[in-house]
Amino acid sequence: MNQMTSVEKTVSTEANKITAEGVQVYYGDTHAIKDVNVQIEDKTVTAFIGPSGCGKSTFLRCLNRMNDTIDICRVEGQILLDGENIYDRKVDPVQLRAKVGMVFQKPNPFPKSIYDNVAYGPRIHGLARNKAELDEIVEKALRRGAIWNEVKDRLHAPGTGLSGGQQQRLCIARAVATEPEVLLMDEPCSALDPIATAQVEELIDELRQNYSVVIVTHSMQQAARVSQKTAFFHLGNLVEFGETGQIFTNPTDPRTESYITGRIG
Amino acid sequence: MPVSWLILILAALTLGGYIAGRARARASVQGDVRRLHSLPSYYGYNVALFALVPALAVLALWLLAQPMLIDARVSGMIPDTLIPEGSNQSLVMSDVRRVADGLELAVSSGAMSADEVAALDADATDIRARLGEMGVALGSDVRPEVLEAAQAYRAMSSTGTLWMTGVVLVLALAGLAWSYSRTHSEFRARNVVERGVLTLLILAASIAILTTVGIVLSMLFETINFFSLHDWKDFFLGATWAPNFRGDSELSILPLLWGTLYISLIALIVAVPIGLFAAIYLSEYASKPVRAFAKPLLEILAGIPTIVYGLFALLTVGPLLVDIFGRGEEGLLGLNWMSGATSVLTAGVVMGIMLIPFVSSLSDDIINSVPQSMRDGSLGLGATKSETVRQVVMPAALPGIVGAILLAASRAIGETMIVVMGAGAIAKFSLNPLESMTTITTRIVSQLTGDTDFASPETLVAFALGLTLFVLTLGLNILALYIVRKYREQYE
Ligand SMILES: Nc1ncnc2c1ncn2[C@@H]1O[C@H](COP(=O)(O)OP(=O)(O)OP(=O)(O)O)[C@@H](O)[C@H]1O
Ligand SMILES: [Mg+2]
Repeated sequence: MNQMTSVEKTVSTEANKITAEGVQVYYGDTHAIKDVNVQIEDKTVTAFIGPSGCGKSTFLRCLNRMNDTIDICRVEGQILLDGENIYDRKVDPVQLRAKVGMVFQKPNPFPKSIYDNVAYGPRIHGLARNKAELDEIVEKALRRGAIWNEVKDRLHAPGTGLSGGQQQRLCIARAVATEPEVLLMDEPCSALDPIATAQVEELIDELRQNYSVVIVTHSMQQAARVSQKTAFFHLGNLVEFGETGQIFTNPTDPRTESYITGRIG
Repeated sequence: MPVSWLILILAALTLGGYIAGRARARASVQGDVRRLHSLPSYYGYNVALFALVPALAVLALWLLAQPMLIDARVSGMIPDTLIPEGSNQSLVMSDVRRVADGLELAVSSGAMSADEVAALDADATDIRARLGEMGVALGSDVRPEVLEAAQAYRAMSSTGTLWMTGVVLVLALAGLAWSYSRTHSEFRARNVVERGVLTLLILAASIAILTTVGIVLSMLFETINFFSLHDWKDFFLGATWAPNFRGDSELSILPLLWGTLYISLIALIVAVPIGLFAAIYLSEYASKPVRAFAKPLLEILAGIPTIVYGLFALLTVGPLLVDIFGRGEEGLLGLNWMSGATSVLTAGVVMGIMLIPFVSSLSDDIINSVPQSMRDGSLGLGATKSETVRQVVMPAALPGIVGAILLAASRAIGETMIVVMGAGAIAKFSLNPLESMTTITTRIVSQLTGDTDFASPETLVAFALGLTLFVLTLGLNILALYIVRKYREQYE
């Protein structure tokens, strides 16, 4: 891991939103994440890339403790959010998840209306004082999710009745409606056409003004387009982490190079 | 030849048919099974099916029909004068059958030779004593007419059985030979076997359905009998239940229905919240070891016979309630509202306890079928566990849970033992849960126990009550299934 130290030096510690140190994840006896150190900066987009099954989703789920819901999953090491270890006993995972939002790999709208899906988070956290404010929040979130025009006439139709790509954007809207400080997006564009993809990328860029975004993607072009930092995972190891431009043009590890040029994965 | 031998022979023919069919199929393509239309074993199954199924079907029908036909013929031989006062034809016929069986036993055990039996004379030999020696006890001395009928019975059943054996064996051999001759490489044995399997499955399904239809029809006939003896307006619209075996009773279902529904309501009030919360705890909160321990335990609870719950009502819950609400100054609350241990509340509470595992295990299955990704979605937005359960899991599972509750309700309505022991026997309309009341099921039991006369409305009313109960629970079950099914479609 000598190559990485040079990269780490350029990262200023104050701007770090999330710092992961020596993270190990086990599913029962399977060692899914092996000693990962990574810094996620505030107001930046970080992309996780790597072949299928290398542990991107697993690591992403560690960042807001969604792995707690999996019985056999065990996390070691520490992950600091604003300097505080999120795996500390004092930390309430519920509050943490309100700050660190997540868009899942598979769209999972609730069996409720489109409106109620988006209003779910704001209602739970009491973000709106009245109905008008809530309407406003819902509309804004749906616009940011690039789905407002398609659903504005049927806000009270069930969210489960939408197409796969629409559901994916609904879930993005649902996640941004709660205004999280960090947004974790697991392949948010996997079912989207190029136009919707461009709109979601625009949203990611816009979110970067205030928040930090982590995005898992299988598209090299997307990673290159939207992210400033890129982490390459392989078989549970963080192989290389650094400036996106540097990773794509001048990777230090041979595995990274073969992956981005299409030889492994 | 006894039937068990016949069945053994059939089994042997089936097995032989299977082996022969398979071998012939292989031989017809010189051992190159790729040229066969179906796998060789299908040819075997085909031959086996044709050897077994028709023969077995005829055997079953014959075994059912023969005794009926013989009974009808023989009972014609018994003169009416022979039937003693207070007895009837069927009692005499059962005597005849016993004598015939006894003689059969005598011959097969070697106590008498066949000729000896044929030469028996009721006046000369004490047949009752001789059969008694062999362990066949008869209620009275054998009269000549009975002996004659028994001899005829024996003769007919032995010829019948002989014919049956012949017909069944011929049928099995013919089936075997025919299907064996059809076995060659082009023959579509697999399709035939598939159709055979399908027929078998349909048969099984239709037996289940036909039995239900049979039950309903038999209830229906008796109910029609009842309504020809008793005014239907009194049954459905009257206000009093006062059966009187000297006639002129008032038989209205309404007070019984009231008792049934009231007790069921209390049972549901007890069972639904507790069962539902238990299910939520088990499926959402409990750790793996707790769940692995508690779930089977709850299911064992569901297997306790209801009579045990009845005892619990009678011995524990009833007296406890009396201690609380009754006994005046000596009671816990110093009240005197309740005098006896049997009451609507006793039966309702115990029935509710009985239903808890039923509600919880059904709801647990339904809650578990809500996909984990729903919960993840909610938790990922920063919702707490109980918010997730309340706002995402429950709404998604609600239709299924309503279905489960309706199923529980129909069980409560049809429950008998607990109400027999816990609810009392007084039919009335009352809102006081501390009084005893009675239900449809307990009245059915009491109308059919003791001296019954199947020509009086007081007895026949049981069938009308039973049919009403059946319609009621059937309606509830259909509603429940409809709701559950509709809910299933949402996810698949
Ligand atoms: N719930 C689980 N139980 C057991 N093993 C799991 C579980 N989830 C993931 N794994 C294992 O952990 C490893 C990493 O899985 P993960 O889902 O993180 O991969 P990924 O990089 O997101 O892949 P993809 O790009 O296909 O989504 C895999 O080997 C997988 O089999
Ligand atoms: Mg993944």
